Amino acid sequence: MSTYDQFVSLRGVTKRFGDLEVLHGIDLDVAEHKVVCLIGASGSGKSTLLRCINLLEQVDAGTIVVDGQTITGTKVDVNRLRQKIGIVFQSYNLFPHMTVLQNVTLAPRKALGISRVQAEGHARALLRQIGLDDKADEFPDRLSGGQQQRVAIVRALATGPKLMLLDEITSALDPQLIGEVLELVRELAETGMTMILATHEMGFAREVASKVCFLDAGVIYEEGPPEQIFSAPREERTREFLARVLEAGRL
Amino acid sequence: MGQFLHEFFSPLDFIRSTPQVWDGFKLNIQLMLVAEALVLVLALLLAIVRGLPGRAALPLRAAAIVYTDFFRGTPLILVLLIVQGFAQLNYVGLSSQTLFRTGLIALTLVYTAYVTEVYRAGIESVHPSQRMAARSLGLSYMQAMRYVVLPQAIRRVIPPLLNDFIGLQKDTALVTIIGLTEAVAQAGFYSSNYLNDTAYMVAAIFFIFLTIPLARFTDHIIRERESRERAQAV
Repeated sequence: MSTYDQFVSLRGVTKRFGDLEVLHGIDLDVAEHKVVCLIGASGSGKSTLLRCINLLEQVDAGTIVVDGQTITGTKVDVNRLRQKIGIVFQSYNLFPHMTVLQNVTLAPRKALGISRVQAEGHARALLRQIGLDDKADEFPDRLSGGQQQRVAIVRALATGPKLMLLDEITSALDPQLIGEVLELVRELAETGMTMILATHEMGFAREVASKVCFLDAGVIYEEGPPEQIFSAPREERTREFLARVLEAGRL
Repeated sequence: MGQFLHEFFSPLDFIRSTPQVWDGFKLNIQLMLVAEALVLVLALLLAIVRGLPGRAALPLRAAAIVYTDFFRGTPLILVLLIVQGFAQLNYVGLSSQTLFRTGLIALTLVYTAYVTEVYRAGIESVHPSQRMAARSLGLSYMQAMRYVVLPQAIRRVIPPLLNDFIGLQKDTALVTIIGLTEAVAQAGFYSSNYLNDTAYMVAAIFFIFLTIPLARFTDHIIRERESRERAQAV
């Protein structure tokens, strides 16, 4: 398969923070409408990899192509690019001084130049889909963690992205709130959204991913379909990691 | 004791000097209002410049740092004399309008330096993840600043900012040394005419009455915020 059949294509992506090399020559392909899950211990480079894909971090070497456009070059309009790539963070990062509706409409209005009426209509429709239209005029601190994270996902969707990056979005949630967020991600996957998720939810990864990549110390150690990675991992390190996760789950 | 009371709290002099001191005090109020408006805007611009990222903005950042270091470190009274010196060098004359401008410029220069630091502290107190979230939505650096960072930063620094304004209000009295006949100067005239210092007390009362509303307003804002944060913690 050539690079251009892929919606997202990384070649030799390397990222350093000072002397610390956090990504060593990552190669990764994501086909359109597919979901790729990144698994691995904290500090393995999952978050950094996602941040490189929407240029929140500059890569030190290698190329990233998204939707046929090489984004690691110099003449890239980062603001335009980021409207096409939504990212959701572990800590929601909603804007606390704005209502839910203002959070969702900010980027469409200011970055895309859509009128207020139109942006609010679209935002309310999105909020209705996730059952939070009655919270539109509340401030984020009035919402539960799960609700905040769902609003954060809707906020990222409001600019009409073609790719969503989800960075451990359930890690800060109470266990009983994780389900509602994963449900939303599942629905998103069913609509054919291309997604890359960094996650610790192995069960969920197994269910929605078309490909799972195991990262360790800035390298993709093993990748494959979820059945293979979770049932018959080839690499020793993958086995060790999965055994640790399984053990933690039992405790 | 009687002598002391007569010197500072003579009812006759109190009544007689009040219109004269008030006449001067109007100038203090004008200076304060115009200077505060200018400081609010200029300091915000300077704070934004100080935070600009990248190597290209280095000269701008450096200039902003030199500015704040200089004007925060120089006594206002010296700045007043220096600005006045500049005005005289350019032969702009000594009309009361020129004097007013001289005082206004000096006050604005010094207090802009203070308030820049207040704003900057506020901007830095907003967690970087907020800016990152805004940028990740496709907002430009300045849009993220304007819609996400500044509204949160400014809300947080209102109490220290008002505190600096109380300082500015009192420091309008210092313009008396460049020859502006504001409240303190008028009180001085009265005192030497009638050989009685009650007019100084009148001036003091004016200044106090001007700062008290601002001080109570600051308290109110702080209290409101505390109760809101407590409500959130529950």
